Amino acid sequence: MSPQDAALPMAGSTVPPIQAVNDFVVKFANVNGSGSASANQLFAKAILRMGIPVTPRNIFPSNIQGLPTWYEMRISDKGHMGAREGVDLMVAMNPQTWDEDVKSILPGGYLFYDNTKPLPPSKFRPDITVVGMPLTSFTNAAYSVPRERQLFKNIIYVGALSALINIDPKVIEDLLSEQFKGRDKLIAANHKALHMGRDYALQNLPCPLGLQLATSDKVGDRIFIDGNAAAALGAVYGGATVCAWYPITPSSSLAEAFTRYCERFRKDKETGKKRYAIVQAEDELASIGMVIGAAWNGARAFTATSGPGISLMSEFIGLSYFAEIPAVIFDVQRSGPSTGMPTRTQQSDIKICAYASHGDTKHPLLLPEDPNECFQFGALSMDLADRLQTTIFVVLDLEIGMNERLTAPLKWDDTRKLDRGKVMTAEELQAGKVFGRYLDVDGDAIPYRTYPGTHPSKGGYFTRGTSRDEYARYTEAGDAYQRNMERLLKKWDTAKGLMPKAIRTDAAAPTKLGVIYYGSTSPAIAEALDLIAEQTGASLNQLRLRAFPFGPEVEAFVEEHDTIYVVEQNRDAQMRMLLINELECNPKKLIRVLHYNGAPITAEFIARGITAHLNPVREAAE
Amino acid sequence: MTYLPKPKLAHPELQKNDLGFTRRDYEGSISTLCAGCGHDSISAAIIRACYELSLPPHRIAKLSGIGCSSKTPTYFLGNSHGFNSVHGRMPSVLTGANLANRELIYLGVSGDGDSASIGFGQFSHSIRRGVNMTYIVENNGVYGLTKGQFSATADRGAKNKRGVENMDEAIDMVGIAIQLGATYVARSFSGDKNQLVPLIKGALQHQGAAFIDTISPCVMFNNHDGSTKSYDYVREHNEAVNFMDVVTGRNEITVDYEPGTTEIVRQHNGGLLKLRKLANDYDVTDRVAAMNFLETRKARGEIVTGLLYVDPEADDLHGFLETSDKPFNSMSDEELIPGSAALEKLNASLR
Repeated sequence: MSPQDAALPMAGSTVPPIQAVNDFVVKFANVNGSGSASANQLFAKAILRMGIPVTPRNIFPSNIQGLPTWYEMRISDKGHMGAREGVDLMVAMNPQTWDEDVKSILPGGYLFYDNTKPLPPSKFRPDITVVGMPLTSFTNAAYSVPRERQLFKNIIYVGALSALINIDPKVIEDLLSEQFKGRDKLIAANHKALHMGRDYALQNLPCPLGLQLATSDKVGDRIFIDGNAAAALGAVYGGATVCAWYPITPSSSLAEAFTRYCERFRKDKETGKKRYAIVQAEDELASIGMVIGAAWNGARAFTATSGPGISLMSEFIGLSYFAEIPAVIFDVQRSGPSTGMPTRTQQSDIKICAYASHGDTKHPLLLPEDPNECFQFGALSMDLADRLQTTIFVVLDLEIGMNERLTAPLKWDDTRKLDRGKVMTAEELQAGKVFGRYLDVDGDAIPYRTYPGTHPSKGGYFTRGTSRDEYARYTEAGDAYQRNMERLLKKWDTAKGLMPKAIRTDAAAPTKLGVIYYGSTSPAIAEALDLIAEQTGASLNQLRLRAFPFGPEVEAFVEEHDTIYVVEQNRDAQMRMLLINELECNPKKLIRVLHYNGAPITAEFIARGITAHLNPVREAAE
Repeated sequence: MTYLPKPKLAHPELQKNDLGFTRRDYEGSISTLCAGCGHDSISAAIIRACYELSLPPHRIAKLSGIGCSSKTPTYFLGNSHGFNSVHGRMPSVLTGANLANRELIYLGVSGDGDSASIGFGQFSHSIRRGVNMTYIVENNGVYGLTKGQFSATADRGAKNKRGVENMDEAIDMVGIAIQLGATYVARSFSGDKNQLVPLIKGALQHQGAAFIDTISPCVMFNNHDGSTKSYDYVREHNEAVNFMDVVTGRNEITVDYEPGTTEIVRQHNGGLLKLRKLANDYDVTDRVAAMNFLETRKARGEIVTGLLYVDPEADDLHGFLETSDKPFNSMSDEELIPGSAALEKLNASLR
């Protein structure tokens, strides 16, 4: 193919090519295990360094090598971080998914592909701009070692794209130099590959495309980190010393990040001794067992898992609730039920986390919206677990957990003290303070506990999952059992005052319409509300839930609005279920807006869902 | 009645140990198990072992699962913290507790249903990890609380009370423990206190995963003709390989012994084990030979008891993980929180 054929503005096209600056979607279609992930990440980071907000998403299969994987980047100067429908520039590097990839390009969009092997015209679309580069033959001519061909091909296409959409090559060079710091040969080789691709594009391809990047200042001091790593760091700052876990997608990287941060922050520089212990357990049952054992004995402990793990841990979660032992579980949700779609996102563990285990049980949940909140809630969860003496869930999902996000810088107040909850000391016991393990002395239904080994003759007690009286003595007496269960309900009320409050944002004009959402739905909401206002003129008050149990502010919001859209990422409207169950509100006013195909929720989807319902409501009102 | 405290009366001339505690200070509530239950003898042996070693009772944490055996921690060490956890999950809870505070002594009590069936995985993995603990299985071959179903340690061919034969192969817990790297392994019989007490004392002093399989007849459901876990059957088939005295570092051995018949094993933490050999060719520090011996004798229908294997140089999970000497549960905020300056540096690296 001659260079002149490289760009093919298709004959008969009626759609003009998209023209956009700092506001478009680039999607890379790759084969997993081909080393493309780091090249794609380099691309995203370069854009961030130019001051332009970018939100990447990894879409990957449950597989190690050879299956399709995508990396989608939303570039938005306005700062929209939710997923957007349609692709402006498709970098199609995987023949397996060619048809699907070409189909996903918006009319007027662009296709960048490897044209080493010619494809028939039927494989293209007339309404897009096609940019072909003989990547394989070009790379093969330059490199002879197969692994080099594979890796540098990725850097070469990054170089070519930098010319096409105008990324400053110096920024990429710097990033490569940082990445391979101390390995000068590698740095030079990568720089060379970058410029090979770039030079080829400048000479042979239609640079620049209609999609352009221009240096901006919209990133500010924000950092780029994934939710799992931020949550793990939160656990470090929250004083967690014991992590017991069992590998499961999408939570494994949380435990691995905890390992990394502990190596860095909790290892004695002189002796090498560790102020932490990480055990990869034999299964989820053992993971949570170790967490409960450690917390019973006064250490802060957590596990990280996903839906199937919660199912397995349920028996122990009931023990934690009933025997009142602190525990923290990070649940990075994926698509269920059963094995479901292990590498796709969902918010479908809300119900099981809230009510896990047999008998009457309820558990507090923290619902972070982004990595910054993953950090905050990661640290807070440790305090809450000790304070409330029960299992605290930090409920993330794959979308937040496994994707790097632009987020506010992490902050720590050095005057903050860890809240270890009600623990009676040897001195207090010696002084004759009355100790009843399940005795409510302060009126908040939270009893005092002692750590094993505290005092030679006072404060010892027996922990059990069977019923007992206020002094931890085994009993099957119905009244003692019931008193205890009622105290646990009262403790639930105490919890309401300790959880992070929901955040309310009201529309400019008073309205009886509201929207409730939580977690990874967050970045798509503001954009969706703009779309709704544009399309219908309606504006809505928003409430972002950050925790369960719900505080009075949630009750007030539900009370004040006539119609409330509850936007969530599961089939059964699980949060709506909790709202109805806990607030005893009229179910008819809570309208479901549900997205659960495993892909991240988009503003367009939310806007469609709400306007479809809103229009008949408004017509009826008129 | 669900809770039976013991009267606080004690004979004024009761002997006291080095810490000034009497035997009564190591007791718990009155047992609610059946009269004659082997488990009560094991509780008594634990009380005696702790008393004789002069262990501060509150520095022992006792953990169990679910079942008759798992109820027993209520009946000893009344001043210690106890944890009656979830069926088959004592090992994971104990592992976590041990990680939180390496300075306490951890005593895990379980049964054959709890550890060989539902908790077989957790039993195995806690042994593999070398958790510093004394893990006692009170092995009676049946589920007592649910009225006499076979457990996974019931021998093939053994008959239950109604005469039904067990068709499944038995799990030999000491064999498994040795194979998985337990560093102190013994088998005993609840009816032989003289053998059992020293074995428990040795285990409590061992720095690593110590496992004792104690055959403990169930008088209600497994003490009849045709049972291989009855008092009579175990007495007839018991073959002890050695008899042990535990001598702590303070009381060095001064008595002469006949060479070749007595072996002294010095444990890592200074405790000494004095073993009177009953099987001449048995070397307690030879793991492979121990496995071979056990299998050979099992094939002959003998129940081998005594200290079966010990690694005097054993290390434990804390050693493997290189954790700090200071217990996690007493660490200050300063030791745990890296602080805002570290976070600022981290923020800078994420831009």
